[in-house]
Formats: sequence, C-alpha cells, structure tokens
Amino acid sequence: MSNPSLEITGLAFAYPDGNQALFGVNLAVEKGERVAILGPNGAGKTTLVMHLNGIHGAQKGQVKIAGTTIDTNDKLSLKKIRSQVGIVFQDPDDQLFMPTVREDIAFGPYNMGIRGAELDQIVNEALAQVGMSDFADRAPHHLSFGQRRRVAVAGVLAMKPEILVLDEPSSNLDPASRRELASILASLDVTILMVTHDLPYALELCTRAVVLSGGVIAEDSPTRALLADGEKLAKYRLELPAGFTVTA
Amino acid sequence: MRESGEAAHGHHHGHDVGERLYIHRHSPIHDLPPHFKILSLLTFLIVCVATPIQNYWAFIGFGFLIFSLLRVAKLPVLTIAKRATIEIPFVVFAFLMPFFSKGERFEVFSIEISRPGAIAAASIIVKGTLGVLTAILLSGSTPAREILRGFELLKMPSLLVQIMTFMLRYMNVITDEMERMKVARLSRGFEERGIRDWKFIAGTAGALFVRSYERGERVHTSMIARGYEGELPKTEQPLVSRAMKTLAFLIPTFALAISTISGALT
Repeated sequence: MSNPSLEITGLAFAYPDGNQALFGVNLAVEKGERVAILGPNGAGKTTLVMHLNGIHGAQKGQVKIAGTTIDTNDKLSLKKIRSQVGIVFQDPDDQLFMPTVREDIAFGPYNMGIRGAELDQIVNEALAQVGMSDFADRAPHHLSFGQRRRVAVAGVLAMKPEILVLDEPSSNLDPASRRELASILASLDVTILMVTHDLPYALELCTRAVVLSGGVIAEDSPTRALLADGEKLAKYRLELPAGFTVTA
Repeated sequence: MRESGEAAHGHHHGHDVGERLYIHRHSPIHDLPPHFKILSLLTFLIVCVATPIQNYWAFIGFGFLIFSLLRVAKLPVLTIAKRATIEIPFVVFAFLMPFFSKGERFEVFSIEISRPGAIAAASIIVKGTLGVLTAILLSGSTPAREILRGFELLKMPSLLVQIMTFMLRYMNVITDEMERMKVARLSRGFEERGIRDWKFIAGTAGALFVRSYERGERVHTSMIARGYEGELPKTEQPLVSRAMKTLAFLIPTFALAISTISGALT
C-alpha cells in the first residue's frame, strides 16, 4: 500500500508572540482524496497550511508528505517537499509576481531545474488545464480576478504536486468563475486539501470534511453528514447559506 | 475588496503604470534586442555629454541623429513633445544661471550676463534635451519588461533586476489599492480642502505602506512555496542578427565621428 499523501501527527505551533495556534493536529489524507478543512476565522487554518510545505517548521509533532517527514533544516528535502505540495494562496496578486502569465507559471518548474522545450510543454499543459491558454502572454494585471486565480492554480499545477492545497479557493469569485474553478478542480487527478468557509463548495468538491477548531481537528466525517448536522454546525460557527439545506 | 469577475478588459482606469510609455510600432529600433539598444544608446549619450558645448556643430549633428532615430522608430511627434516637457524644471533652473553665475560678464540689452554661466546653461539645456530624447526613444520603443531583460543580459546585479521586476508588477496593484482607498475616503464625505486635511492623506499613505509591506511578505512566502532560492528564472540569450548588431554599433560610432570631426574643426 502506498503512503498517504499527507500525514500529520500531534502538530502544535505557537507564534513568537506566544499566541498558540495549533494544539496537536492529527490528520491523514490518502492519495487522490479531496478533503475540505472547515473552521471559523482564527481557528488556525492558515497556520496549518503554512506547515504543509515547511514555511513554518513543526515545533511539536510532524508532517509527512508521501511518507517523507518535513525537516525545515534540510534544504534539499525542503526543495523536494515544495515541489510536492502546491499551495494556492488566497490573494492571486500575492502569487502572480512575474510580469507575464507564462513566466509566472514557468517560475516553479524552472526552480525545479526544468528548462527549454520541456519547460514550455509543462507551461502549456498547465495553462490548458485551467483553460487559460489564450492568455499566456498577458500581464497578470490585465486579467479578471477569476482568471488570476486560475493562473495561480496553473502555476502550482506546473510543479506536478502530489497534493494541491487551496486557501479559500472560492473567495471573491462571481458565481460563474466559482463554477468554472470547481469544474477545473474536479477534473484534476491530484490529492486536494481545501481550506474554505464556503460549505456548498466543500460539499460539491469534497467527499470528506474536517473541522479545525481551537487548534485541533474536532470533526472528521463525510461532508454531507457534517453539513446535515445542524447542531455541530452551530457548535463550530459554520453556516450554510440561507435557504440551503443538506440532508444526510 | 476587489470586485470579482470583472471582464478582462473592462477593468482599467487608464493607468497601466510601467507599460504606458511603450508605443507599439514595427521599426528596426523596436526590433533591436534590449541589451544592444540600451548599450548603444547609453554610449551615444556618453559621447554627447563628453563633447564640449563649444563644438556646437557637433550638437547639431547629434540632434539630427536622435531626431532621425525617433523618426525611424515612428514615434508620434506630439507624444515626444509632451514627454519632453519633463525637462522644463531643469530648463528654468538653467535659464537662471547666466544671471547669477560669477566670472567674465558681458551685456545684452543692458543686462549683465556671466559668460561661463551662459555656456553652462546652454550645455545643460542642450545635453539635457539630448538625454531626454534618448530616454523617450528607449522607453517608447521598448516595453518595460524588455528593458529589464536588457539589464539582466547586461549582467546588472540580479537583486536590482529583481527589485525592478517586482516594482513593475506591483506598481499597478498598489496604484489600484491607492485608488480604492481614495474612493473609500470620498465615499465617506472626505473633501481635501487644505493643509488641515493632510493628516488624513498621511494616514492613508501610512496604511498603504503597511499593506504593501505585508503584501511583500505574502509574496515572498508564495515565492518560497514554489521553490525560490534567490534567483528569478534567467532570460536566455536571444539570437541577434548581424544587421541589428551593425545598427546598434553604428549609432554611437556615428556620434563619435561627429564629435571628433567637430573637435578637429574648432
């Protein structure tokens, strides 16, 4: 049996100012699974994401990607981890820093040592995956918000990650862009971990959902069952949009 | 917060800082690879500046050369004129020099004028104008991104090129942010009336700085997440045709010839 894409055990983390964000997180995600991480603001979701590719080092516990423990002191393994874990951040303007779409998507694979025709091919594939092939030579500033987010996803896909981590993928998107992104994500053959407040989006894309609350994984269940349980939702300050009901 | 899903084209409010100087045309000047163009024009300018202003024939030659190049690049005359107005403050300053400088004096319409002052003023204005025109030629015929590539190919320190690359990318993001903050101010009835209101403007500037700083940190994080190790992807050496090399070589050579001949004549 192959290793799970992601295996977190007993992960705890406190910021230098003493503010503790994570109190022992345990989570395993199998290859090919799509899992939603839900939780109120300030539950430590973003902090958790920062641990998945070693931007924050584990103070206690460990994070394993496809069987390899992340060691922030080992530069070489960190490089490999960062190619395996693709993070799509919330604001695409933070992520699209190169002058053109093509150059931006090439940034990751270039850092992994890929050059020339192979690099071009990877960039073109990633653009095609998110339906942005016609925009390769545009400046990110000339794209709509939804298009920028898709390019951000492409920039990460170009690194051929083992696991794709999305921080609030549907935020600030209009309904059409939201739907387009959902169908792109659903079409990808990759493990997905999705941090979101958008419960219908989680239901649509992920069969499994976990709730991060008070710095630990407080719930771990099929998404539909969780969203059908009004009491639990209220407990974790999770809310479905008005008029939206889920039956188990 | 940004509006979501705006159409790709319907978004600009006329500012596209960084790219707005570039004027798209098809010309040999536009086609010159950026590093050759920068080097060629820079050498041209050095020759101009190094030529003493007293060799005034040379400057007619330089002027002829730069105007021909602007012509070849098909840059619109009106645009060139408008952009050249950036020089005006320097010109005003230079005009004052003959009146306030020391040294040998002579009278024009019974006003005393300093000869070294007048020569220095003429030098500043003429050489400054050549400099401005050359800058207009470069920026009008080369997209900002290509100028950066040119610097990179000329082996400018990578850190400087990176800083300028990010400036180019984020200038627009920050001006957008500034615009939104301005709209937010106006929406709450703010009206700038004078010096008393400056503290609000200063507040906005401070907030903008903090936001930009934080954005810098987030950008850095996302760069590291994609394997950044201190270098941006390198530009591959472009193929440069013999004709382009010749053109790039001819511009400063021409200037040098003009300068030498005029020097020999005076």
